[in-house]
Amino acid sequence: MVKLLAAMLEGTVVSLEVFALTLLFALPLALPIALGRMSRSALVRAPIHLYILVMRGTPLILQIIFVYFGPGYVLGATFDRFTAVIVAFTINYAAYFAEIYRGGLQAIPRGQYEAAKVLGLTRTDTFLRVVLPQLVKRILPATANEVITLVKDTALAQVIGVAELFHAAQNASARQFSTMPIFLAGAFYFVMNWVVSEGFLRWERRLSYFG
Amino acid sequence: MDVVSVEHLSKSYGDLKVVSDLSFSVHQGEVLAIIGPSGSGKSTLLRAMTHLEEADAGTITIGGTRILADGIYADAAALRTGLLKLGLVFQDFNLFPHFSVLRNVTEAQERVLRRSKAEAREAALALLEKMGLGDKAAAYPGELSGGQKQRVAIARALALGPQVLLFDEPTSALDPELTHQVLEVIRELAAEKMTMVVVTHEMAFARDVADRAMLIDAGVVVEEGPARELIENPQNERTRAFLKRFSQGGRA
Repeated sequence: MVKLLAAMLEGTVVSLEVFALTLLFALPLALPIALGRMSRSALVRAPIHLYILVMRGTPLILQIIFVYFGPGYVLGATFDRFTAVIVAFTINYAAYFAEIYRGGLQAIPRGQYEAAKVLGLTRTDTFLRVVLPQLVKRILPATANEVITLVKDTALAQVIGVAELFHAAQNASARQFSTMPIFLAGAFYFVMNWVVSEGFLRWERRLSYFG
Repeated sequence: MDVVSVEHLSKSYGDLKVVSDLSFSVHQGEVLAIIGPSGSGKSTLLRAMTHLEEADAGTITIGGTRILADGIYADAAALRTGLLKLGLVFQDFNLFPHFSVLRNVTEAQERVLRRSKAEAREAALALLEKMGLGDKAAAYPGELSGGQKQRVAIARALALGPQVLLFDEPTSALDPELTHQVLEVIRELAAEKMTMVVVTHEMAFARDVADRAMLIDAGVVVEEGPARELIENPQNERTRAFLKRFSQGGRA
């Protein structure tokens, strides 16, 4: 039992690494993608639109396999397993986040930009001080949804043999001829997402001082 | 001295000429009321002056700084200098909802004029006091009535010390009681000889507070003159028709 728990905790650490690194890269990357998706130039807009269509239109599990094996055929070089997972998760989640940002950006009234401009605020100040805080508030509920999904999606990393939580649970299950480790993994995911949900709920409450 | 000078300004949206070869000026300390039917180009005029819309042709000079010369905008630095001499109060306030009332008024002072926090705060509190909002500094815009919001917006614009304050239908989103509060504030500013251009549908206010009035229809100046005279005794047929419709139907 102690051995089982140790193995599962080890897997959990890997899952959390995939989770944290994906957020670290995908959350910022999604912003230029969202802006590009809203670009006035079709030359910028069209390829980004296509990218989002592909990322949202094909299974993540397939994208992980593609990122891991694809470059080998084309370039003759490959990512290691873990890097491939991070790359695949990042480009997939950035597409979803970008669409959330786009919705949030489009919901910010034009008058906010106009007021900022008339007051002489620079474009950077306008974005960082006027738009961003309002954007964060608007996108928080939808982003929470995606982040919760991400916690569960980390299980897909096992498809190319990354030893994350679900992988550890399956191995243990096979060793012990028992489904118990699988259900235990379920409890682990649940606890992680409970923490994530609570965190977002608190953040939302902290931003409830403005409408 | 002319604080604002607009010469031969034109602006079209596609085939629709919204402002057509329009010229006017505003003297130091003068209040100019711009009246006219909806869609006549009044708002577009203010928006072209504040560079929220790009004019197609004409020349605009603000406090000696030429921001538009024969349809070409000045370089970024001159444009910025000129635009900073203008304040604009919007119809729907456009306050920053995530900032307190105080920060709405201090933010641009600190970021644009580079005033210290203490200096900006002091100026903001004095202005809010003057607007009758001394007790609302810590409130958020969402907690205020429309009339209070508009007065915060006026304080926010005044905080940058503009040479001219432009109002784009400042009371059109307010009910009569709140309208009164805002008009009182503008009246006070007029008494202090603040130079102002007010696009309004409040004829009694224009008549009593403005020095001069200008009727715009279809993007051109139809009639211009001392406010009381123009509103009580219009010379032009179109002005008469507009004012008559107005006195019958209330708001245009």
